[in-house]
Amino acid sequence: MSEHKENTPKAWSGGDKPFNASYGKLMMWFFLITDALTFSGFLAAYGWSRFKYPEIWPNPEDVFSHFPFLEGDHPLLFVALMTFILIMSSVTMVLAVNYGHKMQKNKVILWLSLTIVGGSIFLLSQAWEWGHFIHGDKGGIDTKTESVVHLAKDNELSSIYDMMGVDSYDGNEYEFTVNQIITSLEENPEYHIRKANREFLTNEQSINYLNENATEVILGANLTRNEYGHRLFADYFYFITGFHGFHVFSGVILLIIILINVIKGTYERRGHYEMVEKVGLYWHFVDLVWVFVFTFFYLV
Amino acid sequence: MGNHSNSNWWIWKVFWILLIVTAIEVALGIIKPPFMMEVYFGTKLINHIFIILTLIKAAYIVMEFMHLGQEKKGLKLVILLPALILIPYMLFILLTEGLYASIMI
Repeated sequence: MSEHKENTPKAWSGGDKPFNASYGKLMMWFFLITDALTFSGFLAAYGWSRFKYPEIWPNPEDVFSHFPFLEGDHPLLFVALMTFILIMSSVTMVLAVNYGHKMQKNKVILWLSLTIVGGSIFLLSQAWEWGHFIHGDKGGIDTKTESVVHLAKDNELSSIYDMMGVDSYDGNEYEFTVNQIITSLEENPEYHIRKANREFLTNEQSINYLNENATEVILGANLTRNEYGHRLFADYFYFITGFHGFHVFSGVILLIIILINVIKGTYERRGHYEMVEKVGLYWHFVDLVWVFVFTFFYLV
Repeated sequence: MGNHSNSNWWIWKVFWILLIVTAIEVALGIIKPPFMMEVYFGTKLINHIFIILTLIKAAYIVMEFMHLGQEKKGLKLVILLPALILIPYMLFILLTEGLYASIMI
């Protein structure tokens, strides 16, 4: 990194550049390789679990179906917006790196700031999505067979809140017992059960099924149980998106640090903006990981 | 891929490619064309398409945004080979060889 020490051109001190890349850039790449392997380990484990329970694994489009300020189900829309925000912040990052090469300090400041804004919006979106995931919206009923069943209305996935006639976002903490659900099913014959393998029971079958198998009503999600289905689903969701979100968070912190240095003129004096480029590599990697999380968590 | 340092147009080119590929993925995910729901080689055709589109996006991010396309050949190999060898190997071990776990448990 210290280009000015040209009187000691030792390999790895930055005087010599193996592969024509500086020490710092090379080490950033090596770190990113190990990080890529970590993330692929997580996603491969997710795939393993999903292949182990192909019949009862939750459908992502039943889980992530909300969009801020919009009523009803909009699967994929919000996560598509998050993907767009992250791609956009990658573009502003490339622009910052590019103007760094041309030593245009003010443009580097502009595009770095916009990258920080993009990263922060992504983090807020993720917080919103986690909030919805934890709160839940349809409710599920746990059974002795270790799979969670859901309520349906006229062969379409419905929600416990709908059947009980309450709004899940009215600020109250609701709790229901299995007996309440069964009583309500007897009163509302248009409601019935959708089993974890997406098989619909009739109203009568549903009541018998719940009497025999139901253990408790689950509203929302945590690490030990979740209303969406297999408990591993929520565990992987928290772990993989959480680990990725932590990377985004660290990236925003790094970007803020180098933005301060750019404003102070540190890189101007150093004669190059390579630090912007190195943090840029990290930032693009975060985008790269999201591309895969998006596919394997939300699309497939 | 050209000389990158003098202009910005290539950045916006890559941006549009990433955006359009993402839009195609989301559209397919919402429409779910029936002929793509047939199973080939262990999973649905639509999933194969998603994976190919994802790898295209990944290639553009790594080669263009991360400038790996402009690095020396040795550095490209040092970075790409571990990922290209180890990740498919791990997937093979977990997804193909690991399935006997569902018989055991």
